[in-house]
Amino acid sequence: MIAAAAFYVFAAILLVSAAMVVSARNPVHSVLFLILAFFNAAGLFLIAGAEFLAMILVIVYVGAVAVLFLFVVMMLDIDFVALRTGFQRYLPVGLAVGVVLMVELALVVGGWRVLPEVAARRFAPVTPGLHNTAQLGDLIYTDYIFLFQAAGLVLLVAMIGAIVLTLRDRQGSRRQSIRVQVGRNMAETLELVDVPLGAGMTAVGIRRPPPAVADAGVAEVPAHAAAHGHAAVTEH
Amino acid sequence: MLPVGVEHYLVVAALLLVLGVFGIFLNRRNVIIMLMSIELILLAANLNLVAFSAVLQDLVGQVFVMFTLTVAAAEAAIGLAIVVIYFRNRGSIQVEDVNLMKG
Repeated sequence: MIAAAAFYVFAAILLVSAAMVVSARNPVHSVLFLILAFFNAAGLFLIAGAEFLAMILVIVYVGAVAVLFLFVVMMLDIDFVALRTGFQRYLPVGLAVGVVLMVELALVVGGWRVLPEVAARRFAPVTPGLHNTAQLGDLIYTDYIFLFQAAGLVLLVAMIGAIVLTLRDRQGSRRQSIRVQVGRNMAETLELVDVPLGAGMTAVGIRRPPPAVADAGVAEVPAHAAAHGHAAVTEH
Repeated sequence: MLPVGVEHYLVVAALLLVLGVFGIFLNRRNVIIMLMSIELILLAANLNLVAFSAVLQDLVGQVFVMFTLTVAAAEAAIGLAIVVIYFRNRGSIQVEDVNLMKG
């Protein structure tokens, strides 16, 4: 009885917050309503007995995906008022598609039945007395190990893809170049000067290298050294 | 077993899916809300899988929900990365402009 009442409460909040996700004016509010929707969906999972998935839903969706959405919404400087201009125009077609889909789904929900022999055809029947997480672990690490590894591979590809997509080379950024570092020798980088006693740096003719030379590659190093009067040393 | 009939779950999931599809049509310009609507649709599918897994006492549905969650998370990450680079290139996220590449 209490579980049924909780189901209706969770379902009502889930549907209302889902409606707010698609219709809120501010996308930040949309993301917050999405988080609320995920929490209530986790409640529905709990009522159905899928405890592990409920926790995974909270951790993965609320903890990672929704926060990712929030980051992107807040990071991009978007004129959200301009994005709302097509709202009225797309409302009729959206409503039409929604109503058609709703009618079709109502037909499906009203017309299905379970085959009588379905209990004998289950892939992994629930073991009574063992809790949900242990049963899922037993399944995932035995029968579905390859699918599990493939899911990990999907996540790896997504991670690498996201990094590759958003990585950019900025002009002023300094990056380590192993080739340049290993290619250096002492003659190009070190200069020994006899400094007379009491003479200043300007009197000897040494100045600090100009700070504008940022990332000097191998090709630029001789020119760089030549500015210091080293052209003869760097020939070899 | 479920405290309510499986039809209740199916109705909730169907309404959630319709709301997601409706959101895609309603926010044709804002690609971020479109991605959120896709998340809602996937959540509706997950709800159906969990409900049938509970009513049939078969755990494979829940295993499948795990893989769906994985794919949904990957999809959100890639989609948002595409949104970020699109915004960097164009200065807006109006997806109606995406057909520029037609030439």
